[in-house]
Amino acid sequence: MENKRLNLSNSQLKWETIFRKILIAMSVLLVLIILGVLATLILESLPSIKALGIGFLWGKVWDPVSNIYGAYPFLVGTLLTSFIALIISIPFSYAISIYLGEYNPKGWLSDLLKNAIELIAAVPSIIYGFWGLFVLVPVMRTFEMKIGVAPYGIGVFTSSIILAVMIIPYAASLGITLIRMVPSPLKEGAYALGATRFEVIKSVIMPYTRSGLFAGVLLSLGRALGETMAVTMLIGNTSAVADSIKNAIFGPGNTMASVIANEFTEADHTEYLSALIELGLVLFFVTVVINLIGKRIITKFTNN
Amino acid sequence: MEAKIGFRNTKSVIFKGIIVFFAFIMVVPLIIILLYIIKQGIFQVNWHFLTNVPAPVGEPGGGIVNALVGSFIMVLMSAIVAIPVGMAAGIYLSENPRTKLAYYSGLCVDILQGVPSIVVGIVVYFWIVKPLGTFSAISGSVALAIMMLPIVIRSTEQTLKLLPDSLKEAALSLGVPYHRVILKVIVPCGFAGILSGITLSIARVIGETAPLLFTAFGNPYLSTSITKPMESLPHLIFTYATSPYDDWHNLAWGASFILLMFVLILNIITKVITRKWKVQL
Repeated sequence: MENKRLNLSNSQLKWETIFRKILIAMSVLLVLIILGVLATLILESLPSIKALGIGFLWGKVWDPVSNIYGAYPFLVGTLLTSFIALIISIPFSYAISIYLGEYNPKGWLSDLLKNAIELIAAVPSIIYGFWGLFVLVPVMRTFEMKIGVAPYGIGVFTSSIILAVMIIPYAASLGITLIRMVPSPLKEGAYALGATRFEVIKSVIMPYTRSGLFAGVLLSLGRALGETMAVTMLIGNTSAVADSIKNAIFGPGNTMASVIANEFTEADHTEYLSALIELGLVLFFVTVVINLIGKRIITKFTNN
Repeated sequence: MEAKIGFRNTKSVIFKGIIVFFAFIMVVPLIIILLYIIKQGIFQVNWHFLTNVPAPVGEPGGGIVNALVGSFIMVLMSAIVAIPVGMAAGIYLSENPRTKLAYYSGLCVDILQGVPSIVVGIVVYFWIVKPLGTFSAISGSVALAIMMLPIVIRSTEQTLKLLPDSLKEAALSLGVPYHRVILKVIVPCGFAGILSGITLSIARVIGETAPLLFTAFGNPYLSTSITKPMESLPHLIFTYATSPYDDWHNLAWGASFILLMFVLILNIITKVITRKWKVQL
């Protein structure tokens, strides 16, 4: 009777309930996808977790032929490429954030630069890898001959350079937004006290946005850790542990993502396959935790 | 005192110089990469290239029609799945932001955004490829759909959240049922924002290689069967770029050029939409 008065026919009411249920179902589906991803990864890596235990993480030998699996070479490779890339990228992403956030927030020049940064993020990683293989590798070979290390061309450092370019937009675009959010009374106060532009940036803007910029760096790091194709094409894919620091940086290596990409379809027995999936599980956990921490910091920052 | 101010001013100017230098030098590698791909690729592209399958080693000619068709089919299928699901979830998140379910699915969107694409590939391998017993286009589409979801959801959610409540209240007070309010009033009002999210997500997945390695796998022949392995542009580039033959490298350069153009056009469309309707993404 209530419904009649509201002039809602029964069929419309039915549609309304169905519609609400569909919305809820799709949101539940999202949760199920994540739980499914987690369950699949854990379930499929159980054979290797059981057989190898926690020692898997620091086993130094990866030799599928003799059935020995250790993740240490890939952990080192992943951390090295990501952190070198991060160190290279930080000056650029901070400079872009400061320039577009503070010096030049409006106008055609800043639009141009902003579009260029977005374009860097849009280019597919396979194209970075392909370009790197044919252009950057020969350049690196000459460079490595000059500084007196084995001229592989491909390797950890070459991958890091390409990675650095690829991850800059993630930290930069967040940094721009955050620096623009600095309240102008704070800046004006500092100017009124006679501070120069550099001093305002150093002692007002930077302290104010520090946590947010750090979150941007974390998001970049998350990208770098999981990046697959460009690194797979450039890193050289050896699972041996380098004998010296010089070789570890300039020589070929392997990351967790690249070893999965290379060996997954070749893995011919359960233990081999499940060791690779365990690498995927580790990668999943690390990137998710880093991303969630980054996102948490940003939410906190924007709410204040 | 004068000297000190002079020194501080100089420091400020030098700092600005450094910032400008670092900010603009990033454009250099971008331009080098784009020009190089265009230079290598543009002369490969002709009608023959677009309508033939890759030639075996040693034979001249050959094209990338299998990858073009494959990418088109897989991206289309993933869009058909991901857009309605993503929009529905996005509508739920913007309409019921305070429920427990919204909290958890919002968290899942954040997680999904950070999941490395290779991990998506592994998981879909176990969900679809292994039960079916073969690599297939359908599994590739599912992997791509999972990659598309977070972008569609977030853009829907953000756009709808910005719409004034009065719109919805006005429609509801006229006695319009809830589902019609959402579908006929709220979604059309936020259409531009949602559309730009969709084009952005397509631009993102069209270049994804890693989730396709263990799902669609690749196929040197033209195939339109969704239960068989299928080639895609990025996967073709990967296979042919890492091969030792110059002919195949040229094929990969041509494919890279086409892929780059697709990505550029999709990004420009997104830009035009956001500019025209002043959407905040």
